[in-house]
Amino acid sequence: GGMLAAAVLLLLVAAGPGLVPVRAGRDALREELLLSPLPDGDVAATFQFRTRWDADLQRGAVSHYRLFPKALGRLVAALGVRELHLALTQGFWRTRVWGQPPLQAPAGAELWVWFQPTVTDVDKAWEELSNILSGIFCASLNFIDSTNTVTPTASFKPLGLANGTDHHLLRYAVLPREVVCTENLTPWKKLLPCGSKAGLAVLLKAERLFHSSYHSQAVHIRPICRDASCLAVSWELRQTLTVVFDTFSSGQGKKDWSLFKMFSRTLTDACPLASQSKVYVDISPKNKEKELLEVTPPPTSVHEAIVQGDKRTYAVYDLLSPSLFNTSRSLNVQLKWKRPQDSSDLPTPILHAQRYVSGYGLQTGEISTLIYNTHPYRAFPVILLETVPWYLRLYVHTLTIITKGKENKPSYIHYQPAQDRRRPHLLEMLIQLPANSVTKITIQFERALLKWTEYTPDPNHGFYVSSSVLSALVPSVIAMKDVDVEQSPLFTSLFPSSDGSSYFVRLYTEPLLVNLPTPDFSMPYNVICLTCTVVAVCYGSFYNLLTRTFHVEEPSRGGLAKRLANIIRKFRGVPPL
Amino acid sequence: MAAAVPAAAALLLGCCGAALASGVQDQAEQFFRSGHTNNWAVLVCTSRFWFNYRHVANTLSVYRSVKRLGIPDSHIVLMLADDMACNPRNPKPATVFSHKNMELNVYGDDVEVDYRSYEVTVENFLRVLTGRIPPSTPRSKRLLSDDRSNILIYMTGHGGNGFLKFQDSEEITNVELADAFEQMWQKRRYNELLFIIDTCQGASMYERFYSPNIMALASSQVGEDSLSHQPDLGIGVHLMDRYTFYVLEFLEEVHPASQTNMNDLFQVCPKSLCVSTPGHRTDLFQRDPQNVLITDFFGSVRKVEITTETISLDPDLADFERKLPKDELATEPQKYAEQLPVAQIIHQKPKQKDWHPPGGFILGLWALIIMVFFKTYGIKHMKHIF
Repeated sequence: GGMLAAAVLLLLVAAGPGLVPVRAGRDALREELLLSPLPDGDVAATFQFRTRWDADLQRGAVSHYRLFPKALGRLVAALGVRELHLALTQGFWRTRVWGQPPLQAPAGAELWVWFQPTVTDVDKAWEELSNILSGIFCASLNFIDSTNTVTPTASFKPLGLANGTDHHLLRYAVLPREVVCTENLTPWKKLLPCGSKAGLAVLLKAERLFHSSYHSQAVHIRPICRDASCLAVSWELRQTLTVVFDTFSSGQGKKDWSLFKMFSRTLTDACPLASQSKVYVDISPKNKEKELLEVTPPPTSVHEAIVQGDKRTYAVYDLLSPSLFNTSRSLNVQLKWKRPQDSSDLPTPILHAQRYVSGYGLQTGEISTLIYNTHPYRAFPVILLETVPWYLRLYVHTLTIITKGKENKPSYIHYQPAQDRRRPHLLEMLIQLPANSVTKITIQFERALLKWTEYTPDPNHGFYVSSSVLSALVPSVIAMKDVDVEQSPLFTSLFPSSDGSSYFVRLYTEPLLVNLPTPDFSMPYNVICLTCTVVAVCYGSFYNLLTRTFHVEEPSRGGLAKRLANIIRKFRGVPPL
Repeated sequence: MAAAVPAAAALLLGCCGAALASGVQDQAEQFFRSGHTNNWAVLVCTSRFWFNYRHVANTLSVYRSVKRLGIPDSHIVLMLADDMACNPRNPKPATVFSHKNMELNVYGDDVEVDYRSYEVTVENFLRVLTGRIPPSTPRSKRLLSDDRSNILIYMTGHGGNGFLKFQDSEEITNVELADAFEQMWQKRRYNELLFIIDTCQGASMYERFYSPNIMALASSQVGEDSLSHQPDLGIGVHLMDRYTFYVLEFLEEVHPASQTNMNDLFQVCPKSLCVSTPGHRTDLFQRDPQNVLITDFFGSVRKVEITTETISLDPDLADFERKLPKDELATEPQKYAEQLPVAQIIHQKPKQKDWHPPGGFILGLWALIIMVFFKTYGIKHMKHIF
């Protein structure tokens, strides 16, 4: 990469005056696509676009933006943002069937931000930030306010450089009802340096991306070390997009897949602005007996890495290497299954969780969370963060945590009760999970009656409770050594690794849909009609009786017509008028 | 917007050629006859739920035409009350079709919805029109028009005699709408306004307008229903309304340089095709509809001014780069935070809550208890208790 940049620089300088030499190393783009076949036949594709800028956004007036998008750069500088993570997700990652996700996000919109210590009014900055982001990403993030924002004390530690972690600078909010569609993908694609015109982003066509079981697009901004000595700070922007295709249903029954089948496009070239552009295909042999998969065309190289405690093998296609496009103009990676899969191939992840709501009627209910630790001999702690809206009144005295039939007391509990219409419930617990166990956490709640103006236009759909977050350091079977961020693939450097014996994982449970007692919205109209009718009839009659005067009227002699009629009547023998 | 540049260039060339034949004065007058310098569009779909798919398709087809004719996304405020494209009931996600057999996907790949789902309310709509928005609203959600803007306002949904229903929970009346337009006129937020409405009894919505320079079209008269066009058996709902379907067909023929005028738009969808009688109102409009081009409202034909003087851009960027501020290096290395510092978490001291004196109810309750206590036992027994 460096050699290439130096060669380009020389070329540009030699080309003559009038061409501007580009300062190599100021900002760099790396793009990467990871294709992993999932245990039940589906395929997960994770795109990562990482722009790294060797400038300090906070200090000094930065006015020349090249690869780093100006919209986000100005935002970080103006509002004193230290870290920003925004994810828009549709669908749910089924951890038990698909394994541990590389980076999961809860259904809907999730935004968590660490502010700089220099920010005095964090709530005001948070409100401005969510409004600006709602304009950039065409999402209703302006609905983020104090009723769905919490300040976690133990979870969501910063993923970038941090000198102190005063949790009063952290804000976390989830909008579980948020829909993700093409209008969110369009501005996301426009932030990429090459847009969707070149490189890996040509595969991002909305019609295929949203016809999937899981679609998650995210933006992560954080400060990172510029080099090994870590005396200077660089800013990193990662745009990730994870999509899981159900190839069985959309592939007409055949489980073999290819880039063209999944995205209806193939790759033709790398983004000219990228210093690295690679496609990784996970070809790890599952049972170590023989290979499960066959990949065509032959990859440029094979890479081995230890990811999430597992030794994995990847076939690498380097789009910048000239040999890749020698034979054909486009790259269409195809994968064939060599032998049919059986259920013994499905590995269970070490940590997975499930959450559901139980109970009957519209008054009370119970939220239960089940956390599974399937490691045969190691126990580890997990932090559970639950945010429950204020209109589900939690009874904290009914909180029970039961593991293997016995009560399990958490080492740390932080509970912040809700305030009606102002703050949601926040429950954070550090729970020790024994080896090979299931932990059940239950808490009962009561449903509140909202004011009739607070209901959404479709209240019979129900109200969402956002996903709970589980953060854990899962012990890994194989020792992992420290990775050099610049040399290793992007999907291995998402979380900063602390030691080699465990890896950090953040899981989300299902969101819950809860029905609240809904009034009959036609009642105000009915009441107005009925009351007005009754008032009109009663008062009207009463008023009439009081104010109407009666007087006798002399009968008139009648006009000409009456006299003629009387003459005719006399002839007929009928009494006159 | 890319199509507007060659179109404007063609217009200009045409002008230059004709200027030699007829007078320059004549051409200049024709060039500046409409009096507007920018175009805005506010497109609103007010219906929620899957069976109102056709209203979203209506709005998206007008959005598509307006974008194709040159108005950029930054000048379009698109409000969709529900999401049909990524609705779980949509058999083809990320698409919204306007014609059966799925011929035309009006949703497309490049769409930006400004107000969506629960944000489409009467209050937000009126705030957008009048400009009274909270200061934190982003730019893409504002109607930043001035006194030389031509605005197209398109509304569709369910309506009745004198009202339009928003999301099954509230309505906007024709009086409110007329007052909003009057506010816009008083604040000089538009040069000319074209109002199109496709609902049942749509003509009732423009009956009460009283501000100048407004032209209005509706899909049906008072007492008539606007009908939908055709269902698609694959999707299971009606895809579009008749009036907007024929308007879309008409607009597909229009390109940025075409000279079709408003009278042609008034003829779209006669009673034989539409079943309802479309109506229009032009008495508040200054110009003759014959002279009003479709592209005055639906397109964004930019007026280009050509200059012959040379402007030199700074060629010496290397000098600029040298002047960039050097980043200060920290004295000691920074490090990443631990993701799960168990020891630190367990020993975290909770923040001491600030003590507030009791107020209101608690104070009153305690005052009552103390009063009853002293009434029962009397002050003189105090020394025995304490």
